[in-house]
Amino acid sequence: MQHLAILPIAVPLLAGAIMIPMEDQRGRLRAALGIASALALVAFAVMLAWQAHLGGAVSIYRLGNWPVTFGIVLVVDRLAALMLVLTAVLGLSALLFSLTRWQRMGPHFHALFQFQLMGLNGAFLTGDLFNLFVFFEVLLAASYGLALHGSGIARVKAGLHYISINLAASLLFLIGVSMIYGVTGTLNMADLASRIPALPAENRPLLEAGAAILGMAFLTKAAMWPLGFWLGPTYAAASPPAAAIFSLMSKVGVYAILRLSLLLFGEDAGASAGFGGTWLLAGGIMTIGFGAVSVLATQDLSRLAGGCVLISSGTLLAAIGAGQVAVTGGALIYLASSALAIGALFLLIELLERGREVGADVLAVTLEAFGDGEGEEEEEETNEVGTVIPATMAVLGISFMCCALVLAGLPPLSGFIGKFAMLSGILNPVGLGEGPPSLSLGGWALLVALVLSGFATVLAMARAGIRSLWANTRSVPLVGVVEIAPVLMLIGLCVAMTAAAGPTTRYMQAAAESLHTPREYVRGVMEARP
Amino acid sequence: MELILAISIGVLGGSGVWLLMRPRTFQLIIGLSLLSYAVNLFIFSMGRFPVGRPPILDPGTSGDPAVFADPLPQALVLTAIVIGFATTALFLVVMLASRGLTGGDHVDGRGPGR
Repeated sequence: MQHLAILPIAVPLLAGAIMIPMEDQRGRLRAALGIASALALVAFAVMLAWQAHLGGAVSIYRLGNWPVTFGIVLVVDRLAALMLVLTAVLGLSALLFSLTRWQRMGPHFHALFQFQLMGLNGAFLTGDLFNLFVFFEVLLAASYGLALHGSGIARVKAGLHYISINLAASLLFLIGVSMIYGVTGTLNMADLASRIPALPAENRPLLEAGAAILGMAFLTKAAMWPLGFWLGPTYAAASPPAAAIFSLMSKVGVYAILRLSLLLFGEDAGASAGFGGTWLLAGGIMTIGFGAVSVLATQDLSRLAGGCVLISSGTLLAAIGAGQVAVTGGALIYLASSALAIGALFLLIELLERGREVGADVLAVTLEAFGDGEGEEEEEETNEVGTVIPATMAVLGISFMCCALVLAGLPPLSGFIGKFAMLSGILNPVGLGEGPPSLSLGGWALLVALVLSGFATVLAMARAGIRSLWANTRSVPLVGVVEIAPVLMLIGLCVAMTAAAGPTTRYMQAAAESLHTPREYVRGVMEARP
Repeated sequence: MELILAISIGVLGGSGVWLLMRPRTFQLIIGLSLLSYAVNLFIFSMGRFPVGRPPILDPGTSGDPAVFADPLPQALVLTAIVIGFATTALFLVVMLASRGLTGGDHVDGRGPGR
């Protein structure tokens, strides 16, 4: 299976390309092909993760069998394999969810979706900066189409802003890449990492400026404050299956920052070691704050989910900025569980909002603020026995509660494990109870931000849950099995991560350790032989 | 040569950024195009300026890098042009859709004055 690494890119590319000219009036063939490709991606991703974990080393796939640094390489390590698994699982759930309604809302939904998956997989696998740009453009171009899927004035308006911001960010990406090439003469990430320590001092400012400009492009994607104002309107306007896969798209920015900052500016990088860490920490904490305020302030469920994306991005960026192995390991657990939970939440919100009047949420919050007095009391008298909650609402409610628990980082679900690992890493890098605790100012700020953002999420989700689930028993939405199944699958994965907390934590810690010691990655890539 | 290139990148980039801040979608797209020209020239300039040197080796020779131009930035520019062209075309379509739906060319769909 030496060609396994190319399959996550090649399969969706082929599937998407076949779908475009397909003669298929009712969309059944396209849907079947899409689901088959998504299932295959899940299988490939799990196999790659299994190989990466058992083999331990970095495995390389050289496209066209060219020698490394001349040709392009794909690199599979634990982090890349983890991201592939997340992409495949979220992609499969969003596709299943789209089968009942959303796939028919516009043309070429399935083809765009496959290209989106291809772009995501490619961005996670590539070991070359310019190829990263190409895959970014592939996933962005597909996401422009998906963001506009279903059309309508809100989508076009949000899409216009989204596209223009991303085009500008892509230009920054190009400037950064070309500056780094101008200084070092290579674009292969491993080769860059081995050349940076020996760089003459006069070229260092130019390299760091290039890396900072490149970082701006990734941070725009990850929606760091103040680069992330586009995220709320776009995600709220996008159709739910698209929004679910977009929740992973903001993780691409986080992934690129995590990979490159530790590879290029890790402990071996000489004078540039730890470049940008403080900025990431500060920016991440600001993003957590902005996200917390926006979840509390919003009156709309989709905006609430958008706020959760911001909090999750901020938490991850700040954890990367903290620059400790234990914190990174915790952040990876948090990354996986929050990506799954946010994906589930976006799908769930559509089910909850189905059959409700437009503006009902706004009205509910207004009522809460000004009070509606007598009306409610009369109702309570007639309903002395209490209302029976319909089964549909019970399932939706429990799913909503699980999402809230994961996102707020409360026990017993996997969000708690991630947050706990991060907090224990911040409090004491050596491990709790060993040696005296040492905490810097940044560490304190991150600690407070993590706890407060969890609290804000609980408040906001509890309010939204009460208003849309308990206070709304009269209009029960019609929910198909195919629609609730993906949501339950995503939540089930979070539960499984909690149940198998030991193996999950070991995998993530091993991934974090190999990220923090980039020598292994560099050696693996540079010494790859035909 | 360096001065001319630097000035042209600066002028293109500056005008592009200014147009990017304007409230009309037409100004936005012209701004993005100008910026992408500036960026393409910038990538090209990162391969230094070897005037009159070929980027391809003659068959059978091993070649001294000093007498050849670096072909990689040229390849990068080519890719960037193609991708930039495609995304600009896509952006134009969205712009037209927005124009059709909102009846104006303001970036927020509505704005003061016409």
